[in-house]
Amino acid sequence: MHVHFLDPYRPKISPVHSLDPRVKFVLILAFILCTALTPSAAWPIYILLLSLAVAVEVLSDLGVGYVFKRAMLALPFVLAALPVIFSTAGSPLFSLPLGSWTLTASLPGLERFLSITIKSWISVQAAILLAATTSFPDLLVAMRAVRIPRLLVAVFGLMWRYLFVLVDEALRLLRARAARSGSSGDPKLKTGGSLVWRARVAGGMAGSLFLRGFERSDRIYMAMLSRGYDGEVRSLPLPELTPAHWLVLFFGLSLLMLLLLFSHLLW
Amino acid sequence: MFYSPEPMHIPDGFLSGLVSILLWIISIVVVGYALKRVSKDLGERQVPLMGVLAAAIFAGQMLNFAVAGGTSGHLMGAALATILLGPWAAVLVLTTVVGVQALIFQDGGLLALGANILNMGVIGVAVAYMAYQTIRKLAGERRWGVFFGGLAAGWLSVVIASLAVALELAVSGTSPANVAVPAMAGIHALIGIGEGLITIGALAFVYTVRPDLLRLKSERAVGGAAVWVVGLLLAIGLAIASPLASSHPDGLEWVAEQKGFLDTAQGALYEIIPDYIFPGVANEALATILAGILGTLIVFGAALGLAHLRRSRQTAE
Repeated sequence: MHVHFLDPYRPKISPVHSLDPRVKFVLILAFILCTALTPSAAWPIYILLLSLAVAVEVLSDLGVGYVFKRAMLALPFVLAALPVIFSTAGSPLFSLPLGSWTLTASLPGLERFLSITIKSWISVQAAILLAATTSFPDLLVAMRAVRIPRLLVAVFGLMWRYLFVLVDEALRLLRARAARSGSSGDPKLKTGGSLVWRARVAGGMAGSLFLRGFERSDRIYMAMLSRGYDGEVRSLPLPELTPAHWLVLFFGLSLLMLLLLFSHLLW
Repeated sequence: MFYSPEPMHIPDGFLSGLVSILLWIISIVVVGYALKRVSKDLGERQVPLMGVLAAAIFAGQMLNFAVAGGTSGHLMGAALATILLGPWAAVLVLTTVVGVQALIFQDGGLLALGANILNMGVIGVAVAYMAYQTIRKLAGERRWGVFFGGLAAGWLSVVIASLAVALELAVSGTSPANVAVPAMAGIHALIGIGEGLITIGALAFVYTVRPDLLRLKSERAVGGAAVWVVGLLLAIGLAIASPLASSHPDGLEWVAEQKGFLDTAQGALYEIIPDYIFPGVANEALATILAGILGTLIVFGAALGLAHLRRSRQTAE
């Protein structure tokens, strides 16, 4: 079994896929920043931001359902924001008797909680759009364009190249453990040793994975040296952005600025 | 799938804009310095070593073991990377891991990435380094120093990093400190035990196979004293600050109020038109709803139109 399905990139032909990765990267980051800076309870702005995201999803041919489903991934974290309903002062909504305590939910608290949830959901959709419509090499180009140090970009690139190899390695380790470990269908029979023993086995696997990675990096380094690597990361100069791409960038950023301005004017 | 989002990766939307940007700046400074240090120490070996080990840590996070009641423990890897690679290289490896998790798998947000790099890649590493080095020095060259050091580094890095997450959420006004701090600390005190045990297992394996990787080396200690002090300060600071913050939420409320004050100060700047009303509609709430619906229709219409145009052109071809 291989893990190519880990790669969330979905190659398709659409205007969103063919947009220059640098423009896409900057616009998505600006969109997420704009969402974060929108004040709490600015519902119409949230609707606008969501419809913007949905519009791009429709354009990208990914299918809105696909993005919505993947965006559920961040939802468990909402638990962390749940107490804010009860801790924010304001007009009381309802009370929950909890033993000797009574928790009183407030309207501003509920608004805050919903705002956080919606903002998070919209931001995750934007991030999914970026990952699903941009191949990793293109993302590396975008990272170089926003002046992330070349060495760090090279490390990212190498990590991606060997990620699948090492994940395969981890899967083999897991399969080997499963093959060694008999388990009984009888739930009364205890399987495996104590907790510490199980942790030690997993630790041994982690240590061996680490060493295999270490030795692999040695071999890769030797191979790179024999092909003339001298420590310098060389890459082709990035092509100029076409006027059309500048236009998309300009319009996208101004639209987001406008939304942000409105959200602060009205709320 | 294998991928279980952890309570440690903060998604977007949970940190306020100001906090995210501030934490981004701190992370950029630290990672930039680490990059410089590592290229000096490792030279041209840096790229393959860091890249492959980042992949190994990422893959290592899939290795799990059953705990109880269907839950399972697994590795975060900050402590293991710090012990085997030294602090600066570990910062780079974890930055790469957390960065790919956010960019590709949406495990943690992009705007919150600065905070996530800081929590796991900087705080986790500094604290793990401090704990491991202290116990190693106390034990001398004896075997138990490696294992107790690994246990302490694993547990402490997870717990202190989770305290940092709780405080960041509290300062952003997302979760009140008196709930977030005990909850995060409680969950991660348990998760940390798993991390510590796996770290011991991994170190035991490395100790038998490649003991040279675990020797107390003098060259690895270059600049290590500063990291040790920073790790100690972070551990003590966060361990003291968070219970304080959770028992006296006033302090954080004060921060939040100051932030609120900043927001209103900014608001005054924007309020050039004080009584903004949608033209022709007297009711303000109705006006905003109308504006929202109108905007949505325009955006949607444009998108559908474009999609339709494209499809008809494709069928024409």
